Amino acid sequence: MIFPIVRTAMVALRRDRVSLVLSFVVPIAFFSIFAVIFGGQHDSVSKIKVVVVDQDQSRASQKLVQGLVSDGSLVVNTKPAPTKDQPAPFNYTAETAEAAVKAGDVSVALIVPHGFGDHPFSFGGKSTNESGPAIELLNDASDMIAPQMVGGLLQKAAMTAMPEAMAEQGMKYTDQYIGGFTPEQRKLMEANLDQLRKIESKQAADGASPASSASGGGLIAVHNRSVVGENKKNPMVAFYAAAIGVMFLLFTASGSAGALLDEAESGALDRVLSSRISMTGLLAGKLVFNILLAFTQLTVMFLWAWSVFKLDFFSHIPGFIVMGLCTAFAVAAFGMLLASICHTRAQLGALSTLAILVMSAIGGSMFPRFLMPEAMQKAGLWTINAWAIDGFTKVFWRDLPVSALWPQVAVLLAIGIVLFAIARRIARRWEYA
Amino acid sequence: MNANLSSDRPAPVAVLPLEVDSLVKHFGQVIGVDGISLKLQSGECLGLLGPNGAGKSTLIRAIAGRVIPDAGRIEVFGAAAGSAAARAALGWVPQELALYPRLTAAENLRAFGSYYGLAGKKLEDAVAWSLDWAALQDRASALTRNLSGGMKRRLNMAAGLIHQPRLVLMDEPTVGVDPQSRNRIFEMIEALRAKGMTIIYTTHYMEEAERLCDRIAIVDHGRIIALDTKEALVHSAFASRSQVLARLEGPEAQVTAWVTERGGRLVEGTAQFTIEHPNEIASLLDGANAAGLELVDLSLRRPNLESVFLHLTGRELRD
Repeated sequence: MIFPIVRTAMVALRRDRVSLVLSFVVPIAFFSIFAVIFGGQHDSVSKIKVVVVDQDQSRASQKLVQGLVSDGSLVVNTKPAPTKDQPAPFNYTAETAEAAVKAGDVSVALIVPHGFGDHPFSFGGKSTNESGPAIELLNDASDMIAPQMVGGLLQKAAMTAMPEAMAEQGMKYTDQYIGGFTPEQRKLMEANLDQLRKIESKQAADGASPASSASGGGLIAVHNRSVVGENKKNPMVAFYAAAIGVMFLLFTASGSAGALLDEAESGALDRVLSSRISMTGLLAGKLVFNILLAFTQLTVMFLWAWSVFKLDFFSHIPGFIVMGLCTAFAVAAFGMLLASICHTRAQLGALSTLAILVMSAIGGSMFPRFLMPEAMQKAGLWTINAWAIDGFTKVFWRDLPVSALWPQVAVLLAIGIVLFAIARRIARRWEYA
Repeated sequence: MNANLSSDRPAPVAVLPLEVDSLVKHFGQVIGVDGISLKLQSGECLGLLGPNGAGKSTLIRAIAGRVIPDAGRIEVFGAAAGSAAARAALGWVPQELALYPRLTAAENLRAFGSYYGLAGKKLEDAVAWSLDWAALQDRASALTRNLSGGMKRRLNMAAGLIHQPRLVLMDEPTVGVDPQSRNRIFEMIEALRAKGMTIIYTTHYMEEAERLCDRIAIVDHGRIIALDTKEALVHSAFASRSQVLARLEGPEAQVTAWVTERGGRLVEGTAQFTIEHPNEIASLLDGANAAGLELVDLSLRRPNLESVFLHLTGRELRD
């Protein structure tokens, strides 16, 4: 008696080929995405972008910068990339480096201050009267990994790239606290220092990384300072409110747009189109409704984050409205497109699940994009999630003005317009028989 | 000269509610409508009678502007089908329950009224009239999905007439309703007829067409095979002849052979014969007796539309 039930269910599934295919494609697609993010990234670990400002320009500071540049885990820049307007940009200053961190262009900025080369080592990581001024490490509090890594690599670079400076400072301390070397000792020391300099020069000429020769930490004084989010009560709430919010907005929008399929099936769509309402008018009406629905959903989400998780919502109302409406427009148009492509609710359910989960995984709704491999970060730019999250982060995390949202606004509006235009084109199948 | 020209000018012709000329619509290899032409007079109720798949709904949908014909022309009060003027003049009651199930009866009427441009007091008056016409005043606030089948049908009709159209297309409005609800629907349509509304009514129930329609078009395989009043259709097919219906008992092959030999038809176990005069019945009875068949039941009837359909197509109306 069980077999007839199994056979009937199998025949029904086989007839709905889209659902059949998607039921296998969805898990495979997901497995692949997360395998790329977490598993198969041995050769493509995301490098940390660091801006270095060498205010000291001493031999020691230059050696340190050189050590950082030669580290494979970092992408070190001392000046912005050339642009059409600025083909030969000036070196970063402390101010422009801080601005770059605030804007989210780089994860960390290092300021090597004047006088660092006189006493580069603090032997304990703290700046004292005897040691020089501390290197300032500017970071974004939302990224808890990058400052830790850069701090460690900085110490490693000091150990491995500056042996000569270390020896020199050792001699100074000997002079100061022990009464100095005898002329013979000094002569011998100078000879050994020369030898060290030659080895360093040879390593530089060979292009060899000095990174693997030593380990240790706390040699140079570093002062960490969060330039973004330092006063935030709950650093990641804004990020997750946007990330999770956008993902569920997409589900809501596609579900709501699915009403079109119900109406087509019941004949209500035909009846509406036989009245004064045109197809464009009908779709536009549905789009406006879905925009309002999505915006309301986002508002409720952020108000919840404000009331429960102390998100500073009311100081960011203009930015929220701009980003909320643009995001709502893009997701509503996305829902309309999915509904116009599909022929049944089952197809819509399967296709929207696939598309939304993939977009959410790549676009940063499940896992912050800045921790993904470079290629995945770029792929994320093809998703609504990434642009929406970036925009909301600018508003709630970086406290940037509304004018700074123009790239996200432009892209989300463009996505919305293009998707709606495609949906309108596909919806012609409902217009006439 | 001017006087001559003036006298040659034809008298102004009233615009017909509907004019269909040589309409053709195919869906791939399937014939939907195959060269239908018809004209509808103001205040007339035309019945489209035919079996399922005959092309009635395709014709209705083409008039409503929801099907683009492959060939031919449709004008609604002089405007091309599908144009804004035609859509405003038309009220369409589709075969499906084309309603919003999560809206109440009144909300559905309000929605469809607003789609036709009604607003404010006009809309509320139209909703009130429609609820009254469909006898749904006491269920105005009930969710549509909770209404009975008959009530949904009546609401479906009311939604098509909310904007007081001048020409109403009703596509099998009594499908799936019980006899009591069907009578209520007939009363609704008769109320419209009394107001002089022009109606096209499709059905495959002969008795509905007979009761409600002035003229009847018999549709089969996408064509109108006869179009006239019921009496004229019957007369043209049978003149003054009558039908004898006889149920005979005996071996099936023997019954079939005898019925065929006497020029009759066997329909669902009943032999049907057409006779000029009632005294021919005696001859039939004798013949059956002589063939060794036992007569179980016998009746004489005037031919009806079903007889006409059978006569014209060789098939029953509900095939």
